[in-house]
Amino acid sequence: MSSDKKNAGVFTLEFSVNGMDFAAAGDVASTIKRTLQQLGLDPSVVRRAAVAAFEAETNIVIHAYRGSMRLNVSTRGVEIVAEDEGPGIADIDLAMQDGFSTAPQHVREMGFGAGMGLPNIKRCSDELEIESTVGVGTKLRAFISSP
Amino acid sequence: MPVSGYFHSVTLDESLCKGCTNCIKRCPTEAIRVREGKAHIIEERCIDCGECIRTCTNHAKTALTDGFERLDDFEYKIALVPPAFMGLWRPNGEGSTALAALLRLGFDQVFEVAVAADVVADACKLIIQSGKFARPAISSACPAVIRLMQVRYPTLIPNLIPIEAPVEIAAHMAKKQAQQLTNIPRHKIGAFFITPCPAKVTAIKQPVGRQTSDLDGALSAAMIYGSIAKVLSETQELPKINLYGTPRGMRWGYAGGEAESVQPTSTLAVDGIHNVSSVLDEVERGRLSDIDFIEAQACVGGCLGGCLMSQNPYVGKLRLQKAAAAFGAGEQIVSLEEARQLYEQGELGFDTPIEPRPVMKLAPDLSRALEMMKTIETTVEMLPGLDCGACGSPSCRSLAEDIARGRALTTDCIFLLRERVRELAEEMVDLARKVPPAMGQQNDQPKREGGGGVPNDG
Repeated sequence: MSSDKKNAGVFTLEFSVNGMDFAAAGDVASTIKRTLQQLGLDPSVVRRAAVAAFEAETNIVIHAYRGSMRLNVSTRGVEIVAEDEGPGIADIDLAMQDGFSTAPQHVREMGFGAGMGLPNIKRCSDELEIESTVGVGTKLRAFISSP
Repeated sequence: MPVSGYFHSVTLDESLCKGCTNCIKRCPTEAIRVREGKAHIIEERCIDCGECIRTCTNHAKTALTDGFERLDDFEYKIALVPPAFMGLWRPNGEGSTALAALLRLGFDQVFEVAVAADVVADACKLIIQSGKFARPAISSACPAVIRLMQVRYPTLIPNLIPIEAPVEIAAHMAKKQAQQLTNIPRHKIGAFFITPCPAKVTAIKQPVGRQTSDLDGALSAAMIYGSIAKVLSETQELPKINLYGTPRGMRWGYAGGEAESVQPTSTLAVDGIHNVSSVLDEVERGRLSDIDFIEAQACVGGCLGGCLMSQNPYVGKLRLQKAAAAFGAGEQIVSLEEARQLYEQGELGFDTPIEPRPVMKLAPDLSRALEMMKTIETTVEMLPGLDCGACGSPSCRSLAEDIARGRALTTDCIFLLRERVRELAEEMVDLARKVPPAMGQQNDQPKREGGGGVPNDG
């Protein structure tokens, strides 16, 4: 057994996500869901984490140039960190409102960009932190705690 | 009923299995491994969808069904005929003659499941219209879809409409009717389903959502088709049987027909187990909550596409639609009001909760599972990522999982094995070059990095 007590229970996965790659949108979220299911986490935790991951992933695809996602799992819960290089969010409070979207028309026609991304992540997570700099990018951290 | 362990209709005929790896890749729950030249089904994962039966070119995957000899256990025998069965016959009325042929094959009565489909459609409608049920409501008519949800979509179980599949309700109705008609005690009346798929067989032998099934067995539609064809060719005059199924009930035989018959405001119909998975992914993400009702069928084409159906499902759909229009009954046997009463009395619902089946779980406790997951990730990095299946697992990732579970070895990967053999061979060549100092020259010694060895220039 591992002698490294501090990191023994933490499992991490890293992914990269490309802007405008709609064909691959959802792949990261699917892998995260599968992983969490195999870890045997509570089904509602799995579902909430999968939704948060999916929304964070599609946000990068729709708005950013490129980004990365990280999954951290411990006995405490599931953490999803999404970091991107992109336009950033000018007004985070506004972006958190249901239906607010800056997605262009052609993206909405694909069924994305309904303005529910961040509100959905908020609904699914127990902790949500967003840091953003206009013209640089956005970092999002969502935490779903184990029951 | 087996208390522990699983019954599966989908099974392997070892004598026909060549150990090819076609089936392992199509399985939606990654339930098959090839070991020692034969496919093995991981029992707790199998959902009896029949995908492997369709894929197997050697016909080594089969569906266990009952034979005619099961009929002998009963005094009065009822054949329950699914709507899809009517799609097997030419639309000139051959279908109703075929039902008459069933009476020559040992059945005392034929009962169309389409009659019960109308009742189920009405009950689904009532549930959706109540506005109190989870959206989207998901049909529970396909037993393979229910099992897929237990394994992979446990959080969507509350969205499953808590109404029995039409075939169960049909068995209940037919037995009750037969009992009143003949005065034969209930336990001596046998109800047998002419099944288009293995999932329905499993649903009878090991039901989900109820303690026991009202059905006593299932005979393969393909087998019955052959027997009926024989009767039809040998008998000149067979009576035509009146159909009691309405065109609405008969629609349940083809993909999309169920949704048409429930007629919610907003509906989605999906067929094919892999397509069902991707729709359920969307539901789980909360993206389809504007939809009232989802019809989900494991087989492409719906029940007409079941792997025990001998007809192409597209031709079958055309025939079924024509038969429904020409011979279908004008009025439902059970009215909407009667269906409402049955539903409110709890006659149509499940009697047992549907539980999740977390069979993908790596270990009972999280810290052990986290350790295993780390092993899986490092193993996946090592593997070639070709998903060739030569190791007997469906993908490199699933091999890594099997290794972490202690069910496989890294050398099961032929690429890693070859790599190991190459390393070993190189080591052997190296060793073979080594010569005892008493026999060899100084420059036979291998050069050492930075060791300033004598330049070997011949």
